[in-house]
Amino acid sequence: MHTKTIAQLAAGLKSGEFSSVELTEHYINRIKNHDGELNSYITVSDDIALAQAKQADETIANGKAGLLTGIPFAQKDIFCTNGVKTSCGSKMLDNFIAPYDATVIESFNNAGAVMLGKTNMDEFAMGSSNETSFYGPVKNPWDTEYVPGGSSGGSAAAVAARLAPASTGTDTGGSIRQPAALCNLTGLKPSYGRVSRYGMIAFASSLDQAGTFTQTAEDAALMLGVMAGLDEKDSTSIDEPVPDYTASLNQDVKGLKVGLPKEYFADGLDVEVAKRIDDAINEYKKLGAEFVEISLPNTHLSVPAYYIVAPAECSSNLSRFDGVRFGYRCEDPKDLEDLYKRSRGEGFGDEVKRRIMVGAYALSSGYYDAYYLKAQKIRRLIANDFSEAFKQVDVIMSPTTPTPAFKVGEKNDDPISMYYSDIYTIAVNLAGLPGMSVPCGMVNNLPVGLQIIAPYFAEAKLLNVAHQYQQVTDWHQQIPEQYK
Amino acid sequence: MEKKDIEQIANLARLGINEKDIPEYVTNLTNILALVEEMNTVNTDDVTPMAHPTDAVQRLREDVVTETNQREHFQKIAPQVEDGLYLVPQVIE
Repeated sequence: MHTKTIAQLAAGLKSGEFSSVELTEHYINRIKNHDGELNSYITVSDDIALAQAKQADETIANGKAGLLTGIPFAQKDIFCTNGVKTSCGSKMLDNFIAPYDATVIESFNNAGAVMLGKTNMDEFAMGSSNETSFYGPVKNPWDTEYVPGGSSGGSAAAVAARLAPASTGTDTGGSIRQPAALCNLTGLKPSYGRVSRYGMIAFASSLDQAGTFTQTAEDAALMLGVMAGLDEKDSTSIDEPVPDYTASLNQDVKGLKVGLPKEYFADGLDVEVAKRIDDAINEYKKLGAEFVEISLPNTHLSVPAYYIVAPAECSSNLSRFDGVRFGYRCEDPKDLEDLYKRSRGEGFGDEVKRRIMVGAYALSSGYYDAYYLKAQKIRRLIANDFSEAFKQVDVIMSPTTPTPAFKVGEKNDDPISMYYSDIYTIAVNLAGLPGMSVPCGMVNNLPVGLQIIAPYFAEAKLLNVAHQYQQVTDWHQQIPEQYK
Repeated sequence: MEKKDIEQIANLARLGINEKDIPEYVTNLTNILALVEEMNTVNTDDVTPMAHPTDAVQRLREDVVTETNQREHFQKIAPQVEDGLYLVPQVIE
């Protein structure tokens, strides 16, 4: 059962080949047998999952099933889940039982989906390797000496090892696309504002966006259809119609104009990764797509601008963790200031503290214009680069990451080298565009991802372009040997 | 970036940091600020800052109560409460 996609599982449930309870038990057993090594889940919510599955089986029997009814999912531990621990990968929230559901969780519940558990992640989504989690690093199912990427590393590893058919993630600077690339999954980061951020623990509010890890673009279309839409509870969510994302999957890509930004194929790109991207481009050429070289001239400013905007917003957002209303509180505080400082100092890990420090500095009196405002202006230039490019092309393609997965521990002592592993994904967040990563080959048995970027709210186009590639290639169907 | 800068920023952020970690903060923050220095290679005098990717404006709503009072529910997860109030160390003598 675990090699099936969401679409195939839905068909199996509908035909009575298996029940949701059987399916859910199967995944829970797989998690018990395999997750010890991978550490992809922080919480396995088996009781809730089985109750939801039982309910789903009744709904199916009554002929009232929707597309996701009875399908098990893993949810990133950044989404608040009513009555279930929501840690965000942090000691700060190790004791936090969320008192309400995030809108994303509510959408899955309303669709009759089953929640297997909450997945491991970099602390407060700050990291690119899933090594900053309070709950320990997640391992890459393709080779456990390697990182799965981050920050949604647990969501990626869980699906790569088929410990869930699909999962949710969040992407602030590449946190869905980068782990999807490193774990051989289809990762979708929708346009900023497409999916509600309500109940999704905030890191950088002007960049954060929820999305999906799936085996196929078709599955991503099914999930996005449930997740997308206006939410009155999120003032930045956008009132755009939600199309049927599956309706356009089968359109051919003949005549599709694809831009290849020269800045994304420059120094720093691994030679073998570049070859796999070339192979993917050739497949698309066979399907009739046309390629042109384009330029996104302000690309080199995206990492610098990001490392002001994200820490500045993080320092502001994380000021709510003060040891007073919920979360970690230090022992025996001697006064209020001691309570704040020690609760935060003891509750947050190193990378989170580093980013709070950078952000507090950038926002401190006298520095706002030089840093945050300057970075917001750079964002405009980066967004303008994309707007210009989309006047000539339908989509943009590039590698998702400059290299395949790196080893656990390899970049731990050097935050800046870690930051540059997101060099091809960050600009998309700064501009707020939708982006995907699609499996396109292997280097030494480690996966490589092709990034596809589309104009605002053109998720249907993205999914269509990815789906067409998956009709003529089988990279996305490959599973690590020990998890087959 | 010096020791006293780190101490001042940590104080602003109400973040307790260990004395022994200060040299590492000095190095890391210095490096990160050097990295973002690249922003100054372009002139942005005439550029409008981007606050929302699609330049959406704040949605307004009627000023009506839509949330129910769930104080007890929310206070169940608080470190320390008494009579519906959050407790902190004494602030005023």
